[in-house]
This record gives sequence, C-alpha cells and structure tokens, in this order.
Amino acid sequence: MKKKAFLAAFPLTLPVMAGYIFLGIGFGILLASKGYSFLWAFFMSVIIYAGSMQYAAIELLAGGAGFVYTAFMTVIIQIRHLFYGLSMITKFKDTGKLKPLLIHELTDETYSLLCSSEPPEDVDPNLFYLFISVLDHSYWIIGCTLGALIGSLVSFNTTGIDFVMTALFIVIFTDQWLNTKEHRPALIGLGSTLVSLILFGPSVFLIPSMICITVLLTVFRKKLESEDSDNENS
Amino acid sequence: MRIPDTQALIMVLIMAVITYLVRMLPFILFPGNKKTPAYILYLGKVLPYSIIAMLVVYCMKNVSLIDAPHGLPELIAAVAIVAVHCWKRNTLLSIGGGTILYMFLVQVVFK
Repeated sequence: MKKKAFLAAFPLTLPVMAGYIFLGIGFGILLASKGYSFLWAFFMSVIIYAGSMQYAAIELLAGGAGFVYTAFMTVIIQIRHLFYGLSMITKFKDTGKLKPLLIHELTDETYSLLCSSEPPEDVDPNLFYLFISVLDHSYWIIGCTLGALIGSLVSFNTTGIDFVMTALFIVIFTDQWLNTKEHRPALIGLGSTLVSLILFGPSVFLIPSMICITVLLTVFRKKLESEDSDNENS
Repeated sequence: MRIPDTQALIMVLIMAVITYLVRMLPFILFPGNKKTPAYILYLGKVLPYSIIAMLVVYCMKNVSLIDAPHGLPELIAAVAIVAVHCWKRNTLLSIGGGTILYMFLVQVVFK
C-alpha cells in the first residue's frame, strides 16, 4: 500500500527535485558565505521550509534586522500561502494526525503538485499527499545542506537553473488551461497579478494582487458557479 | 561579523512560526469537522487556477522589459514550454527541455 502510494507520487516530484536541489544549493552557498555553517542551513530548511523566505532570511541575518522587521518581512513574503490552505480544506479533511505536517509542507511547488494531480484509484490519497509533500521537503533539505557543505566546489555554470520552477508553473498552467473550458479564473489571476506588478512594483505587489483576485472571483461567483454546474451536467 | 547566535536563532524561529501560522490559518478558520461555507468551497475550487497564473507572474517579477535582453529569454522559453507541452503533454520533457533552453539562452545567446 505504502509502496504503491510512493510509486505514484515519486515521478510527479521529479521536476521539484531538480528545482529544489539546485535552489537549495544556491541558498546553502549564500548562507555559508555569510559565515553560517551547514547546521544552520539544515535547521532553516527543516523548520522554515520556504524558498523565497529563506533567500530573504540570508539578507535579514547578514544585516542583523530587528525582530519586528523580520516578522513584517515574513508576513509580506509568505502571505500568498493563505490561499493554499483554502484549496486544501477538502483534500486534507481526512488526513488526521498527518494534517499539521502536511500544512507545514505547503510550499508553492507542493501546493501546485497537490492541486494538479489526483491519486490513482487504488492508492490511499492521504499517503499519496504525504509522499509528495515529504519527498519535496527532503529534496529541499538535501539541497540546502549540500550547498552549505560543498557548494563552493560546484564548478559548472548553473545560471538560469532556477527557471525550472517557472517552467513547472507554466506547465501546470498549460495543463489546467487545456483541461477546462472555463478560463476566467486563470485570466483573473494573470491579469490581477500583472496589473499589480506594474502598479506596485516587485516587492509588494502580491498583496494587492491577492485582494484583486478575491474580489473578482467573488464578483463573478454566480457566473462561474452556474456554468461550472452546466459543465458537470452535460 | 556575524550577529550573536541567539539573535539569529530567534529571527529564524520568528520566520518559521509566522510561515507556519500563515499556512495554517485557513484550517483554523474553517476546521474540517464543521461545514465549510459554500463561498469558501467555491474559492477553494477556483483559486488554484488564479494562483498558478499568479505564481507564473511571481517567478518573472524581476524580469526587466526595459534593460537588455528585455525579457526575451523568459519569453522564448515560456512559449517553447507551452508549445512542447500542448504537443507532447509530457511534463518532464516540457520542464526539462524548457529549463535547458533557458539556461542556454542566458548563458550563451544573451550573455
């Protein structure tokens, strides 16, 4: 049973493996360059477990930021995760004791995989979610620790490898687009975020974008829901 | 010069706790044993489409259209990924091929 769930989950996590190992190594190298040993990289990747936050953390630690400012920056950078739980309430309903762990594991990438993949019929869905989540996290821990340990020995040019995450999101976006006739939620997300980025700039645009997405989805609720049920009936 | 270890440790803990709280908040507000409001279920259903689109833009947030190479590597790689994915529907091929193409573009073509 466990083996089946693992075998169903593992191939789906391969793109994240590539991304997390290399992004993790990048993090480890930078952190080590500020004088922090691999133990710090390991510890942070286990308990924070958030890519963009940990990269920001390097600067915060190096600059000796205040606690209040640290807390404020964390909220700004992580606020998008509020949305992830909302889409997982139903999926995580029967996960019992695993739930606190699954919530800790909800990164951008794991969230995307959980949204875009359904467990095979003969596999326990909770185990399937667990394996996706824990595999992703283990790649991140390995990457971060490795980077801090031996990062300076990596000699081939990895510039641009972080694009693997962008590629993952583009592929999921394309899949979602091809699998539904209702494109308005995707277009709302795209439009709101682009406009917010232009208006507010790259450091704070996510919050206005999230507000805009929520408002638009609420305004279009009647239309989106009625046409959704039409699709299911036909 | 590093800040004292206790200060660094507290900062890391602050980041970890807030990150976890943000991830957990929806589950506290709408516990699984109570009936979730229809509006929240609706949001949970349509949000993944909006959020994936948001994350695509989020990844590109630091791309400058004004400075060279004007976002061309990102644009070319993104178009290639979508095209290959529509054609083959092979996730690993699309992601792997797209990333290698992008690395080639930024390291060799637009360097």
